[in-house]
Amino acid sequence: MNVHPTLKSTLKALLYLSPALMIIGVFNIYPIIKSFAMSFYSDYDYFNDVVYERGLDNFIYIMKDADFWLAMKNTFIFVIGVVPLSIIISLGIALLLNTNIYLRGFFRTIFFIPFVTSVVAVSIVWRWVFHTDYGLLNYFLGFFGVDPISWLTDPAWAMPSLIILSVWKGLGYNIIIFLAGLQNINKQYYLAAKVDGATAFYRFIHITIPLLSPTTFFISIVSIINSFKVFDEVFALFDRRPGPVNSALTVVYYIFDKFYVEWEFGIASAAAYVLFIVIFLFTLIQLYIGKRNVHY
Amino acid sequence: MQVKLIDVTMKFNDVVAVYNLNITIESGKLVSLLGPSGCGKSTTLFLLAGLYKPNNGSIIFGDKKVNEIEPENREIGMVFQNYALYPHMSVLKNIMFPLNMQKVPKKEAEKRAKEMADLVRIGHLLARKPGQLSGGQQQRVAIARALVKQPKLLLLDEPLSNLDARLRLEMREEIRRIQQEVGITTIFVTHDQEEAMSISDQVLLLNDGQIQQYNHPQYLYNHPINIFVAKFMGNPPINILETMVDKEAKKLILTSNEQQMMIPNKLNIQTIQDEKIYLGIRPEELFITSLDEGALQGKITYVETIGRDTLIRAAIGDEPLRVIIPPDTKIKIGDLVGFGMKEDRIHIFDSTGRNISQQLT
Ligand SMILES: Nc1ncnc2c1ncn2[C@@H]1O[C@H](COP(=O)(O)OP(=O)(O)OP(=O)(O)O)[C@@H](O)[C@H]1O
Ligand SMILES: [Mg+2]
Repeated sequence: MNVHPTLKSTLKALLYLSPALMIIGVFNIYPIIKSFAMSFYSDYDYFNDVVYERGLDNFIYIMKDADFWLAMKNTFIFVIGVVPLSIIISLGIALLLNTNIYLRGFFRTIFFIPFVTSVVAVSIVWRWVFHTDYGLLNYFLGFFGVDPISWLTDPAWAMPSLIILSVWKGLGYNIIIFLAGLQNINKQYYLAAKVDGATAFYRFIHITIPLLSPTTFFISIVSIINSFKVFDEVFALFDRRPGPVNSALTVVYYIFDKFYVEWEFGIASAAAYVLFIVIFLFTLIQLYIGKRNVHY
Repeated sequence: MQVKLIDVTMKFNDVVAVYNLNITIESGKLVSLLGPSGCGKSTTLFLLAGLYKPNNGSIIFGDKKVNEIEPENREIGMVFQNYALYPHMSVLKNIMFPLNMQKVPKKEAEKRAKEMADLVRIGHLLARKPGQLSGGQQQRVAIARALVKQPKLLLLDEPLSNLDARLRLEMREEIRRIQQEVGITTIFVTHDQEEAMSISDQVLLLNDGQIQQYNHPQYLYNHPINIFVAKFMGNPPINILETMVDKEAKKLILTSNEQQMMIPNKLNIQTIQDEKIYLGIRPEELFITSLDEGALQGKITYVETIGRDTLIRAAIGDEPLRVIIPPDTKIKIGDLVGFGMKEDRIHIFDSTGRNISQQLT
């Protein structure tokens, strides 16, 4: 059907869309606009909602704030640590699950569980896993003669712990998406490649990798955006602290801290917008790279 | 390289796709695998390629049993029924792929790939992706990719099915030429009997996963082992007439309308065991004569001139009969005529469909 829109049909459509639009408007669009406005409030009376002065003061403040830069640095380290590891490990597991193994469905469920479990519950378990004296991880490392590591209390190990937790947490979702991508590759190409003399390794390099690239691309965009927004894991794993001596302070934690703890709404909003721009730039770069390297 | 299949059987769960195949394909020959859809042609090729492992039997290349050898080490080239070109690689990369896998230096690989592309006339399409090609062009890329590494055995699964009639003719001559030039043992799957007749040294006719007959194409045409082969070879197809044998009256009686038929002279009716036999006679071996001279009488229902032949259909009672006659014959629809047959060209099949002409004369 290709009917021209009329006033009546448009109104009717709007009527159907309005419940969703209202919710999105109140909880997403309004805050986005409001926080953009708030990032320019230099002098603000929260109790009476009076703005005395507008300007770039908030942005200048965070540019000069060592904590903000630490948060930026930590967040970048986190993204660089989590995204590639998560993609490689989940691709590896997806490849194994895609072969003919017993209990395939069972394993798929197992790997998907972390994704549907609450971060807080998961983090409590991991706090035990990471425990210096009674932790499972140190217990295992002990077999290889590694001295106990203070995963959660040593500033040098806080970030690796956070990365390990997040990689593990993201596996389920990535594996499911990778599995779907793998199943979408026509088996014929593998047969043809076999006949053409390609061993399993070359079939992986020349068939799987390129034909899976749209999936990999999608996963990398989603995981980079998600990793830049990391907060819950920090909050839960380090017991509401940003890690020992701010070693796991991330940008969203910084925003949270400024907003809810220090009540610096302007600064929090400004930091949120800086993060938004960083994510936006990264996504643009990825789209650009993707256009040239992804085979559809 | 000589290829031998011994007692090869392939089952998919409860479907028997290939049953007890025993053939020898001589080195350098082109063999057509012919048969109706679903008879196991592709399966046989996949077995030879090593993409399927037989449930039973041995596959022998030269003097080596290759059952356990993986496809990547069998030195074969294959054109798949649906081409299976790599969608993310250009035409050139597709053709070069087997050479890259053999670690042929890049320069040489490119040169050989380009030569092969020119041979199949896609030299101007090298930069395109398979998705940007027509079916026929894709098919030729697939042929080039299969041939470029000069395999010991070339497997072609209906490689010409998507080409137009003229290109099809050209390509099959091309394949034949390349095949003879390189002297490569080739197995060519088709369900077009004319294609099989025209290019092969031997035809292997399959039905329901079983060999019907394996011989020179002309031999299959002239000496079909059973009704299936007789019907499959030749276009328009052979006429099969079901008749009852009346030994006392020394007559054959058409089952469908009880019309009596003169017995071919060569036939010794007393040696026939069955009450019912089938007469097979090709359309070009029938001719029109006067009513009383004909072995059969019938009414003409259809006349069609295709190129140099005139094909007529006649009704012998209800039984249809196809006849090819010289185009200058004066007949029209509705004429009642007699049909004579070249008696030494009649095939006689027993009630199970087996050709018993030899035993009877
Ligand atoms: N992977 C499979 N699983 C189950 N049955 C199969 C499989 N491949 C083929 N078959 C069955 O085996 C039989 C032979 O199939 P095959 O593909 O060899 O036929 P074919 O002669 O190539 O037919 P066509 O001319 O249509 O290509 C068919 O009955 C088919 O349904
Ligand atoms: Mg087939």
